[in-house]
Amino acid sequence: MDPIMWLLLALLAFMIIGALIAAETEDLLSSVVCVGAVGAGLAIIDLFLGAPDLAITQVAVEVLCVVFLIRVVLTRRDETHETHKDTLAIGSVVLVLGVLLVLGGWAMTTLHPFGEPLLASADPGVAGQYLAGGLEQTGAANYVMAVLLDYRAYDTLGEATVIFVSIIGAYAILRKTGRVHHALGNEPDR
Amino acid sequence: MPSGMSLIVKTVTRLVASFIVLFGVYVALYGHVSPGGGFAGGAIVAGGLILVMLAFGRRQTRNMFTHGMALGWDCGGALAFVAIALLGYLAGDFFLNFAGHGDPYRLASAGTIPLSNAAIAAKVGAGLFGVFLALAVFRPGQRQEGEQ
Repeated sequence: MDPIMWLLLALLAFMIIGALIAAETEDLLSSVVCVGAVGAGLAIIDLFLGAPDLAITQVAVEVLCVVFLIRVVLTRRDETHETHKDTLAIGSVVLVLGVLLVLGGWAMTTLHPFGEPLLASADPGVAGQYLAGGLEQTGAANYVMAVLLDYRAYDTLGEATVIFVSIIGAYAILRKTGRVHHALGNEPDR
Repeated sequence: MPSGMSLIVKTVTRLVASFIVLFGVYVALYGHVSPGGGFAGGAIVAGGLILVMLAFGRRQTRNMFTHGMALGWDCGGALAFVAIALLGYLAGDFFLNFAGHGDPYRLASAGTIPLSNAAIAAKVGAGLFGVFLALAVFRPGQRQEGEQ
């Protein structure tokens, strides 16, 4: 097997272990650090698969997320509480997830092999046209941006809308909490 | 974080923060020539601003970074992106790359793509920074500046 493939598998194992620790550990801070490790592994995988745009974005966003989460973990109280185990609920969840996993794995067998996407093999395919005429048609040397902001700019508009709405929503929710406490006359507790 | 972090952190931040923001602007503006783009550049700019805010503390940076500013840049970037999309109608179609393409591999090339990148960078950077501001600064029972 290709040596790069072994490296990718090792990184994947590292990420899976990190995710398991993040889900299982008792301490919220170590959980956040493990989430950051998963993101760093993903960024390295992006680099080896030849996607530097994604790697840069992944690193920047991951660092910001870890800073956000650590900030929140350090200042807010841990308000999770354990409930008693409901065997029926857990069993049904495991059953549904297992069925989904089996069906997903079955669907995976019909995909093209890793590294040979369908768009590249179709003869006068869309991807071939992007690669052949991208520089001439858009003037952008970075074809990722040519696709993101020219050929498929409409998708990018939708993506920007999603981020915009989520940020405005987070803003509204967080501000409302402050106002409710203000209206009730509660003292700030920290 | 009433008074910020230690002297070492503050000094290093003073030296480094402007370069981080500059790198973010570079990544955003040169997105059509080299790897990067508006989203990554905006996130890096937000990281630099957050570094300044964490290092110097809420009290000192309260007047530098306000919620109104973050919201204004966020909405301004979004509106600029939509405006670029609508300007395509001047040449005939939604999101048409109407501006001249120029020489490839130059900053002034690829028509509207650098403009869209700049708009997205402003939007994403201000948005991420605004969320951090909301998480770090909003306290129960306290009215914030810039909030009407």
